[in-house]
Amino acid sequence: MFNYNFRWNQALNSLPQMLEGALVTMEIAILSMVIGIIVAILLTVCRISGYRSLSAIATTWVEIARNTPALFQIYMVHFGLGSFGIHLSPYISLLLGIAFNNAGYLAENYRGALKAIPDTQTRSARSLGMSAPQAFVHVVMPQMLRISFLPMTNQMVWAILMTSLGAVVAMNTDLYGVTSALNALTFRTFELFAIAAVIFYVITKVITLSARLLAARMFRY
Amino acid sequence: MFETALTYNDLMFLAKGAGMTLMVTAISVFIGTVLGIIFGVFRYQVGALWAMPLTFVLDVFRSIPLLIQLVLANAFITTVLKIKVSGLTVACGVLSLYTAAYCAEIVRGGIEAVPLPLRRAARSLGMTWGQDMTSVVMPLATRVALPSWIGLALGVMKDSALVYIVQVVELLKSTQILITRLQEPLFLLMICGLFYFVISFPIARFGGYLEKRWSND
Repeated sequence: MFNYNFRWNQALNSLPQMLEGALVTMEIAILSMVIGIIVAILLTVCRISGYRSLSAIATTWVEIARNTPALFQIYMVHFGLGSFGIHLSPYISLLLGIAFNNAGYLAENYRGALKAIPDTQTRSARSLGMSAPQAFVHVVMPQMLRISFLPMTNQMVWAILMTSLGAVVAMNTDLYGVTSALNALTFRTFELFAIAAVIFYVITKVITLSARLLAARMFRY
Repeated sequence: MFETALTYNDLMFLAKGAGMTLMVTAISVFIGTVLGIIFGVFRYQVGALWAMPLTFVLDVFRSIPLLIQLVLANAFITTVLKIKVSGLTVACGVLSLYTAAYCAEIVRGGIEAVPLPLRRAARSLGMTWGQDMTSVVMPLATRVALPSWIGLALGVMKDSALVYIVQVVELLKSTQILITRLQEPLFLLMICGLFYFVISFPIARFGGYLEKRWSND
């Protein structure tokens, strides 16, 4: 059919290496998500704290994260910080870049979720004698995380897809990096990247499905 | 500290890269939106079962990194099919399909937001399906879909930074080229980031404004 010899064997032989890369990809995505969620909660707290300087910092973070390409952000972490004398390994740069992006998007999601929580809840928590931090941690935050569970799943998928951008900082242990390194050795570009695409597809499907199951389990009444 | 080796020509080079970014975005958003509307209407019209193949394909476009899509499409066209096309064509093609995959979802959401009794009323008044679609569904669905469509267009603008992989010199790539020559990464990246921000921020704010304004009634 095509004037091209597919050599799937050659590509499939390197499947174990690619699966190892997939593990690194998952690891980065999960770590970046954990950091992202923590920072996003902090940013949300800064935004609702009422201190103008804190909320300005949080807003700036969110706007930069949302209005520039993720590729640019990773590049900036690696080479931008590099010119301040902070030299990070590709792994750390990629992780921090994605975490920065995640935090920005998640903070925006949390802001939307906060709007759905009635103000009266905070007030009644306060009148029951809780301090402001207690009211946030025990009353508002659990609901906020619950409402934004679906957007958080989406962001997790985005984080997986974003790990492929590590190419720009010479990351060579994640799935994309391993694939392009193998490609440089064998030149079976189509076969190798097709396999990588399948692996990515499976990973994202597994994540969305398990998130759906988790949601059904956690949010039943 | 404020000295730089950046010359007028370099700035022009950056501007050219920015122009390329905008061009790729404009072409892909245009084609992608047209395709997305077709796919979205099709999916809504034929029901979940018959639209399954299309749903699957669009889902694939949304769950594989754009970088891999670009490499794969480029490899497929140039080495498997052995057709000689420019990187720009490949980039626009892939980005269009990528846009269409997201746009179909937005369009479907927009159509679903139009109350069914309203459409039935339109049909009972003697409107054809086409008239119903263009004069009842479209104006109402646009209101729902426009804010997310703006978000999508901006997303594509940001994702177009990845087309460097098929040898298209857009804004970020031209910045990289200049960095290699001038060795002033921070300054050049600031310019590059500022450019993206200046385009993206006002439009994003406009989208937010529309969303707020149109959601009240």
